[in-house]
Amino acid sequence: MSKTLLKGGRVVDPANGRDGAFDVLMDGGRIARVGRDLPVDAGTTVVEIPSGLVICPGLIDMHVHLREPGQEHKETVATGTASAVAGGFTAVACMPNTNPVNDNAGVTEYILKKAAEANLARVYPIGAVSRGQKGEELADIAELKRAGCVAITDDGHPVSTAMLMRRALEYTTMFRMPVIEHCEEQTLRGDGVAHEGFHASALGLRGIPGEAESIMALRDIALAGLTRGMVHIAHMSARQTLDAVRWGKSRKAHVTCEVTPHHFVLTDDMLGAPIAYDTNVKMNPPLRETADRDALLAGLADGSIDVIATDHAPHHYDEKHVEFDRAPFGITGLETCVSLCFDRLVHAGVVSLPRLVELLSVNPARILSVPGGSLSDGAPADISILAPDLKVTISVARMKSKSKNSPFDGWRLRGGVAATIVGGRAVFVNEGAGIQL
Amino acid sequence: MKKDLLGIGDLTPDEIYAILDTAEAMREIGQRTIKKVPTLRGKTVVNLFYEPSTRTRTSFEIAEKRLSADTLNIAVAQSSVLKGETLADTALNIEAMQPDFIVLRHASSGAGHLLSRICKSRIINAGDGTHEHPTQALLDAFTIREHKKRIEGLKVVIVGDLLHSRVLRSNVLLLTSLGAEVWACGPPTLVPIGLDRLGVRASTSIDEAVADADVIMMLRIQQERMHGAFVPSLREYFTTFGMTVERVARAKPDVIIMHPGPMNRGVEIASEVADGPYSVILEQVANGVAVRMAVLYMLAGETETEN
Amino acid sequence: MDADRVSRALTRIAHEILERNRGIDELALIGIRTRGVPLAKRLAQTIREVSHHDVPTGALDITLYRDDLMRAAVAAQPVVRKTEIPFSIDDKRILLVDDVLYTGRTIRAALDALIEFGRPKSIQLVVLVDRGHRELPIKADYVGKNVPTALTQSIQVHLLEIDGRDEVEIQES
Repeated sequence: MSKTLLKGGRVVDPANGRDGAFDVLMDGGRIARVGRDLPVDAGTTVVEIPSGLVICPGLIDMHVHLREPGQEHKETVATGTASAVAGGFTAVACMPNTNPVNDNAGVTEYILKKAAEANLARVYPIGAVSRGQKGEELADIAELKRAGCVAITDDGHPVSTAMLMRRALEYTTMFRMPVIEHCEEQTLRGDGVAHEGFHASALGLRGIPGEAESIMALRDIALAGLTRGMVHIAHMSARQTLDAVRWGKSRKAHVTCEVTPHHFVLTDDMLGAPIAYDTNVKMNPPLRETADRDALLAGLADGSIDVIATDHAPHHYDEKHVEFDRAPFGITGLETCVSLCFDRLVHAGVVSLPRLVELLSVNPARILSVPGGSLSDGAPADISILAPDLKVTISVARMKSKSKNSPFDGWRLRGGVAATIVGGRAVFVNEGAGIQL
Repeated sequence: MKKDLLGIGDLTPDEIYAILDTAEAMREIGQRTIKKVPTLRGKTVVNLFYEPSTRTRTSFEIAEKRLSADTLNIAVAQSSVLKGETLADTALNIEAMQPDFIVLRHASSGAGHLLSRICKSRIINAGDGTHEHPTQALLDAFTIREHKKRIEGLKVVIVGDLLHSRVLRSNVLLLTSLGAEVWACGPPTLVPIGLDRLGVRASTSIDEAVADADVIMMLRIQQERMHGAFVPSLREYFTTFGMTVERVARAKPDVIIMHPGPMNRGVEIASEVADGPYSVILEQVANGVAVRMAVLYMLAGETETEN
Repeated sequence: MDADRVSRALTRIAHEILERNRGIDELALIGIRTRGVPLAKRLAQTIREVSHHDVPTGALDITLYRDDLMRAAVAAQPVVRKTEIPFSIDDKRILLVDDVLYTGRTIRAALDALIEFGRPKSIQLVVLVDRGHRELPIKADYVGKNVPTALTQSIQVHLLEIDGRDEVEIQES
């Protein structure tokens, strides 16, 4: 493969302490060198990066639902990874709640085969904690690890009992593999469909209190302390959970956490307006109230929160076009994440650009122990080129995802994706961003 | 008026008064020998009921017939919904037959909003989940105004299962928008969040709540709430929150007692109170027809431009 | 017409009613809301002064019988008021009273409405002003004044009880 030099642009590579004008030389699918005014050898393709664009290590979304196998009408590995690269992600970690559940090497290998065929974003499967995600006995975790799984979770449900969670955390210590937890105390959650607060109350929707999440997080953090296992709190939504995470970190428990863009952008007033009972604002955990949203923004700013992940949860139109309490939980997120992060975090002064790169790239790579997260010499040439000032109008009709369930349709945001490079190959180029690859 | 009546929030205070005034005229029709006017002749009303409801469906049907509308009742059993077509598809099929109104009763909050986005027909919410039951609140207001000649400044106490009550939500919105002082009373397990933001005083003391009340509105307490551990027993509920003659005596001498029905005698209300001189429970039923006629008539007119 | 001429017209009509019906037996006055109602009451008053007998009066709201309701939902619904006929109209000789007779459509609606209250012996029509331009085969039995008008004109009847003065005006629109 020939050499390509990305010339100009601002390189933001927090893992190497870089933030400034650098050239990036790619060779054979890897980063060859990053430096100022690199010499151009004969045969090197030079790509001029328009000023104002940002070159950073490839973004990694550690929480997506690719739906394959079993629910290909919602999404496939091919459409999901097309959505990922269009959203600036060079890698995604996909949840095991497929049909059949990814609780054995066969399913893991199937997903990886589909990912190789699609040949877009890297796909890191996440295995189930328990066989069939039933919460009864542990899945064959070592086998999952060998087949390529990077973490385990029973996402969609919490790990059913404290004892099973203890065993999962203990067992995974031998692989340095996190247990990702969907925190939800089931009896407290009941048959709730929205955040337990004023808006759900006024609309007659059954509530899910923030404590349903934080109680389970406290259990898991305590167990991480007991076992020295790694627990990662998925899609944290409640301020009480953030307090629990801070408490765990202060006690040196191996706890990390992620938030989704929709939880730090939206609040539960969306239940009533602009579209009352819009099923595209129904997700689990639910949109919380302003105090929670503000707490999450503070947690992003002060470093308590490790990761931004989308919880990309595609659902078919027919499934969402029903009564609110019958609709499935979840929204798509891969193609709105970067714009929301720029508009609501970076331009709003909540986090710096290097900090955003940590949240979207450095930390997910570290937590999952996968390649990426830096532009170090010899690292895979997985690079996201971002356009912080691009004016973007979100359009679900133009999205690559097979499903259109996003509440952000029509939103005008500042910041977007210019191009996505995986293994030195441009897999997505946004013609509107003025870049030619 | 908006195209649909999905909740009391769709109405301005002026529109509420216009409906109540129109209902006065409509009530006179019910006292005639020939209880029928040609107003909605040639119009089709579909009563689409996903929950069994003898009272509300009958009331709507009589109202429609008195206005000469052609009425069609579709009762859908919940069990068949689970395996059958979606609400959206049912709505599209009904819409294809070009009805002018769809009266919807549904177990899901917001079902009317979904229908409203699909249908050109005017939608009247006849009760959606635990959200709203606007015509019930309108007939309650009509009944209150008849007895008290006003609504503004009255102390209205609503007692019972506040959490699961669509009657509560509609009444709170209506009564507060017309300036009543609204109190809500029930066990803390059955009080929804944010009542104060709706301008309601919440109390767990029935004696405090009913003191000097002009109107006491009782809500049904459902047997199944025992299973959710909302209250320990029906007996304890009655001794703690049930409306007894002694408790009524704490209210104003001319207090009226209301209940949207169906009643649980001996659970939320003593028979002596339900059948007593203060009770206007059967008047509420009678007024329901006139108020629903008024709503049908008013909605048949101009609609605000939808955006 | 000024107040004096309105008053004289009503007095004349009251006498004509008594004359043509040979007394007040079985007579009843029903005014069409809004301005037919005070006119009916004034006629009853005059008849009482002349004959020393009371004639029952009622009020009829024809809104729900209009033939232009919801033909195109472009206007807010007209306000519905109460119909108040506190007597049986069966076998009565009904005098239907309105302020202006124009297309005849209001009277058509009023006849439909009245018939549903019973079977009167007869219905006669009293109007203060007949401005012509009938669209239905309807004719008044008693007319205060015939006022030929153009279609571009409108007739405004003001009555003391409602508007604070008695006056009939023709306006160019």
